Amino acid sequence: MAELSLNKPRFTIGRLFVYATLLLGVLFYLMPLLVMLLTSFKSMDDIRSGNLLALPDAFLFDAWIKAWSSACTGVACDGVQGYFWNSFQITIPAVLISTFLGALNGYVLTKWKFRGSDLFFGLMLFGCFIPFQVVILPMAQTLGWLGLANTTTGLVFVHIVYGMSFTTLFFRNFYVAVPTELVNAARIDGAGFFTIFWRIILPLSGPIFVVCIIWQFTQVWNDFLFGVVYSGGDTKPITVALNNLVNTSTGVKEYNVDMAAAMIAALPTLIVYVLAGKYFVRGLTAGAVKG
Amino acid sequence: MAAHEMTQSAATASISDDATAGTEPVRRGVGFGERVQRLLPKLVLGPTMLTTLLFIYGYVIWTGVLSVTKSRFLPQYDFVGLLQYEKLLDNDRWGVASLNIVIFGGLFILICLGLGVLMAILLDQKIRAEGSIRTIFLYPMALSFIVTGTAWKWILNPGLGLEKLLQDWGFEQFTFDWLVDPDMAIYTLVIAAVWQSSGFVMALFLAGLRGVDNSIVKAAQLDGASMPTIYRRIILPHLRPVFFSAFIILSHIAIKSFDLVMALTGGGPGYSTDLPATFMYTTAFSRGQMALGSASAMLMLGVVLAILIPYLYSELRGKNNG
Repeated sequence: MAELSLNKPRFTIGRLFVYATLLLGVLFYLMPLLVMLLTSFKSMDDIRSGNLLALPDAFLFDAWIKAWSSACTGVACDGVQGYFWNSFQITIPAVLISTFLGALNGYVLTKWKFRGSDLFFGLMLFGCFIPFQVVILPMAQTLGWLGLANTTTGLVFVHIVYGMSFTTLFFRNFYVAVPTELVNAARIDGAGFFTIFWRIILPLSGPIFVVCIIWQFTQVWNDFLFGVVYSGGDTKPITVALNNLVNTSTGVKEYNVDMAAAMIAALPTLIVYVLAGKYFVRGLTAGAVKG
Repeated sequence: MAAHEMTQSAATASISDDATAGTEPVRRGVGFGERVQRLLPKLVLGPTMLTTLLFIYGYVIWTGVLSVTKSRFLPQYDFVGLLQYEKLLDNDRWGVASLNIVIFGGLFILICLGLGVLMAILLDQKIRAEGSIRTIFLYPMALSFIVTGTAWKWILNPGLGLEKLLQDWGFEQFTFDWLVDPDMAIYTLVIAAVWQSSGFVMALFLAGLRGVDNSIVKAAQLDGASMPTIYRRIILPHLRPVFFSAFIILSHIAIKSFDLVMALTGGGPGYSTDLPATFMYTTAFSRGQMALGSASAMLMLGVVLAILIPYLYSELRGKNNG
């Protein structure tokens, strides 16, 4: 719209105001990340004598090393490394399986509709919106019965079950736009359900796979509710370990270690965002708006 | 009237097209392989249908059942009617949590919408480095609320945080202790939540702005309307659907807010920053009042449905008319 008011942006008071406000915004959004990084490289003395935005006297990696390998997260004092790997153990299978199932579901819901499949899709959408508080108690009981309580397998299972509404939604909305003639033509040539899926649908699905995998990765990695309810001592995901480290440790508070641990928990999703931001945003808006 | 009927028959036609697309395009002998092929879609979708019905609908009902029992640490199924709901409404802590979600949710949604629209409009003025600025506004959305909470807990630390920073910069009388002030702590949640989610709202509005038809705006300009008027009278009304979806998403984030509270305030000081989600968790898991926790979860679901159903209804009606 801007080009309408000013054919060529000139320097005016108005534009100065625009840039100044945006700059303020940039500072507001960047400040916490900057504070986290600066604090994580300081010593505790340095933290007490300086302030949030002061540069460290010396850049130290002590806090990072301690956060990784020896900080106390509740009873155990082995740092967050184990929980960091737990999160990968939970996230990778949960993301891959829920995405693949979502693709298959989306394929059926658009190209192989049957009586009731649309109704089912409607019912499933509801799963994107429920507050999970309304299912956590029964699920806790079920995981107990299945012998999956306090295991990473249990968490993978939970994330697949409740992630599938979203992955199905993503793929369904993507495949709706794929011409059905393509599928029909292949069927006349005698291709079956899976042949069409492998040979025709999957090769078209690159972008939506990226969007869906990134979305699921951030969702599962950042999850706290399921993690805190269903994990045990050794199977906690990183978010739960971080919260324990920050909020239940006794003795002297070490803010530098807190910040280093927070950075460690944040890095995987931040890296994904930096590498594939475009797809990340597309997933956010697609999942959100269409839902 | 006639036009209406025509669009309707066109709609039914396209539906029946879809229906035939779903069945066999060519009739052939129904052999075994053929029959398997026809069953396959149902077999593939079946497990998901089953888990959805069981783990979503079944569990909602199960939670509903628990909420009318006296279950404490273990579930038991003696019917006690609405006792738990009555207890809940008498419960001071639940009262605080309900009031908090209104304050927190209201402010969070309003500020996010305001900031989001403002930043989107500003970013839509042919800004240099728009891409980088957008990236910076949006990155918090990639973080866990636990990370956000941890960072803001440190920034808002009374003594060493923002307070010290501003004192060092010369504002020696500056004090900022909202984090430990029971009356003000709820607003620290608003600050952190807005920081995390407003960039996302900005992205939604920016996409909406880019979709506004330029010719209308041009016509208004030719008529001599000023840019602020054009925004107020033409562009923003066009963004109504975006406002709606942003509102739905934000209220959804607000009602599910759990991680942020746990990391930033832990519900404290006292229980001054409890929200329904944290109330449910503490009640059901830490205090062993499963039935009461279930009742609170059902009320949360009720609020979500009360917001969602009118929205979905208007969406669907809009689609049928259009």
